[in-house]
Amino acid sequence: MTSNVSITLQNTDDGRGIVAAIIADNPEAVVSTYPAMTKIDCPSRLIMNKTSIEQQLGREFDLHELNLTMVSISGNVDEDDDRLLLMWNV
Amino acid sequence: MNTPNPNERLRKLSLKERYAHLTRGLDWQPTYQDKKKIFPFTDYEGIKIHDWDAFEDPFRLTMDSYWKYQAEKERKLYAVIDSFAQNNGQMNISDARYINALKIFITAVSPLEYAAHRGFAHVGRHFEGVGPRIACQFQAIDELRHAQTQIHTISHFNKFFDGLHDPLHMYNRVWYLSVPKSFFEDAITAGPFEFLTAVSFSFEYVLTSLLFVPFMSGAAYNGDMATVTFGFSAQSDESRHMTLGLEIIKFMLQQDEGNVPIVQKWIDKWFWRGYRLLSIIAMMMDYMLPKKIMSWKEAWEMYFEQGGGALFNDLSRYGIRLPKYHEVAKAEKDHYSHQAWSTFYQYSHASAFHTWTPSEEEMTWFAEKYPASFNQLYRPRYDYWAKAEADGKRFYNNGLPQLCQVCQIPTFFTEPTDPTRISTRTKIYNGERFYFCSDGCHDIFEDEPEKYLQSWLPVHQILQGNCGGTTVPEVLDWYHLNQGADNFDYLGSPDEALWENWQSARKRVIAS
Amino acid sequence: MALEIKTNSVRQRQQTFSNVARRLGSDKPASRYEEATYDLQPDVNFHYRPTWDPAHEIFDKTRTSIIMADWYDLKDPRQFYYGTYTIQRSRMMEAVEKNFAFAEKRGLLSTYDPEWQAMVCFYLLPLRHLEWGANMNACNMVDQGYGAAITQSAMFATMDRLGIAQIISRIGLAMGGASTLDQAKDYWVSAPEWQPIRQLVEDSFVVEDWFEQFVAQFLSLDGLLYPLVYGHFDAIGLERGAGALSMVTEFMVDWQEEISKWADTVLKRAAAESDTNRTFLAQWYGEWTERVQTALLPLAEKVLGPTAKDILASLRESLDKRAMRLGIQIEAEIAA
Repeated sequence: MTSNVSITLQNTDDGRGIVAAIIADNPEAVVSTYPAMTKIDCPSRLIMNKTSIEQQLGREFDLHELNLTMVSISGNVDEDDDRLLLMWNV
Repeated sequence: MNTPNPNERLRKLSLKERYAHLTRGLDWQPTYQDKKKIFPFTDYEGIKIHDWDAFEDPFRLTMDSYWKYQAEKERKLYAVIDSFAQNNGQMNISDARYINALKIFITAVSPLEYAAHRGFAHVGRHFEGVGPRIACQFQAIDELRHAQTQIHTISHFNKFFDGLHDPLHMYNRVWYLSVPKSFFEDAITAGPFEFLTAVSFSFEYVLTSLLFVPFMSGAAYNGDMATVTFGFSAQSDESRHMTLGLEIIKFMLQQDEGNVPIVQKWIDKWFWRGYRLLSIIAMMMDYMLPKKIMSWKEAWEMYFEQGGGALFNDLSRYGIRLPKYHEVAKAEKDHYSHQAWSTFYQYSHASAFHTWTPSEEEMTWFAEKYPASFNQLYRPRYDYWAKAEADGKRFYNNGLPQLCQVCQIPTFFTEPTDPTRISTRTKIYNGERFYFCSDGCHDIFEDEPEKYLQSWLPVHQILQGNCGGTTVPEVLDWYHLNQGADNFDYLGSPDEALWENWQSARKRVIAS
Repeated sequence: MALEIKTNSVRQRQQTFSNVARRLGSDKPASRYEEATYDLQPDVNFHYRPTWDPAHEIFDKTRTSIIMADWYDLKDPRQFYYGTYTIQRSRMMEAVEKNFAFAEKRGLLSTYDPEWQAMVCFYLLPLRHLEWGANMNACNMVDQGYGAAITQSAMFATMDRLGIAQIISRIGLAMGGASTLDQAKDYWVSAPEWQPIRQLVEDSFVVEDWFEQFVAQFLSLDGLLYPLVYGHFDAIGLERGAGALSMVTEFMVDWQEEISKWADTVLKRAAAESDTNRTFLAQWYGEWTERVQTALLPLAEKVLGPTAKDILASLRESLDKRAMRLGIQIEAEIAA
């Protein structure tokens, strides 16, 4: 059975860029928009790449900055310098 | 040092290496004092840990980034709080009924944040491993943040509306607030591993998204910019807390097979404890957001049935299954918020927030969201009450309810298989009969009767004369409840009068 | 519209929360510190006894011998709540980052007199373990302490100590990478000069009275150690070209000055409460300061040479004076 991982982000300017980066890097991502927030679901695994986010935002982005925008997550987290991974069943 | 390797010195450390040096290396094996004396609570719950270093903090947070990012969050949040106050943001909410959700928030939720702060400090001192200890300390200070930012946000509303004026006094006394208080005190008085299973995993990971995510989105939708800001700002810490919850569960399960049944038992208990606590949230979401986003039922399906389903699917490889009685929660989702609201409606004379019968428009929405239950069971009840009210006989229940010995909620929930029959369970222990709202609470009692014998049950305490007197007004005085302002129906309340005054002033300006 | 509202209906019904108004004597505007602090900790009607400490309530005044009529008298002169605390620390940390960047770019932490570098590795880097111990003690105060006033300040101090341990660790990494930290840990665990200090720290973990632990950590130990290390040791470093080290340890100097204001205010108020409190405080202060002075001597001698004893004695004298100003009189001295 495939389970969705998910991440919810605030609807801010950084949030917009991060969502765009996620959509670009995760073709299976499904985006739902709510007042003040956006929830993204993705089967099994979702990747957030530092470089993609930087491209979207036009500036350097430290993955720790996700802390400012994230509202909720579902899935096991693995973070290193270049990307944050959410996944089930590894 | 004496012969430093220049390559090593120059190479930029990766996040993982840097974190390892800045945290894990700090600890040492004590030799002057017995480790068991320094960490006396590691063993008594029966959890076996063979290698504390196996715990991973996936966010690898160090103090430099903590201060930096948290300060940034605080600057933003307080800027919003200040501008909300300066611009009289309270006048731009959708309807003053909404404020009642904040009354519940500050009396029932903010004190839990504080309790979590102290609970995590206990574990943050007493866990043997550096990794989990630091993660718990971060959470301990974060939870203090949440309590304080909530107080600061709601402080402004307190200047105008009733029911918000003495939350900390009320938390320790008012009958329905013993539900959240006993929940958290149950967790704090447990051992460190059970505490983490209770709070980090069952509550934070499995259940609090239901509170913070859809409710806060609802706050935004209802024009409360200040609350949504503290809510989402707190929630950004929550992602870290949820991760601690999942990591600590996996850590226990990986360390020793013998831990699995203990952890499962805790998950069962704390799922049920948390789920019962959320009945108040269910009611807030469905009834106290004048403009609605998502029903309790939809939120439960999205966050527990789907999100939680994925989580337990992932944990099944360790031999963990869905919590016991999850199917009861599923059966109750059509009824939960309605039964809670109906109960508080009857006891509004003894509560520090207002209730009301839902409008026709709301009932249409409920009928759409709860096709299997609302028109059949709950609409007739509200119609009946609305008529009584129109006749000047607003219904208040003057009896004292039977409280569940474990969750302390009045036993008003119905049988999972029959929504027309109240569910009660009883148990005789040491010659005394105890009452429960459900099999879930009954089982929790049975496992630790000596703990739940101690419960400070508000109704018992009132009857024993420990709550300021024997009459309702005396007890309400003891609660510091401003009678005639904080309590009773929203219709006719000073809150309503104030709101209508603001609305008519606005209309006059528009008209002129 | 604004004018009409102002005169008409946006009158505030109350200025602050009732519990705060009761403490202020009337309903008047209160500070964020007051609203975020007063009565935050539950004090009555607890449901269950801790399974890990059934002799006490969850929050219990009797976990210390100090008695206060009102534990919210132990306020923080800095008026720190979470927001003001983190913003203050992020400012201080920004300065640290600038200094680190400056020093690291020029290799200033690894290019001064090698003999003194070895000495710094010996005296400074093991302190990251001591700070980690202080972190545990402060955290224990949050756990065992009574009232949100003192416990919230202790929470901030808990994180401060971790932050300081990590700044020291970063100095070690900049000096010579991970192996430098390993070596420093060896010193902490087995160098004879460090053992009396480590023993003292380990003993402080198991002190049963959290207020005694507060005195031991924040007055006796910090009160002698900080001026010794960041004052006297650092002064020699300056003579030997280690000015960059002073830059990256500036945080600790500023922090000690700031935290002392808190510790002093709390101790002074607790001492003013009663003779019984003063007796306990004096006894704890006397015992622990004596031990600290003895324990620091071998390390001080290694760094300062034969002047160490006199320097420690003079630091002790100033600390005794500070304690005296707080109302903590050492009985042995009075008797003598």
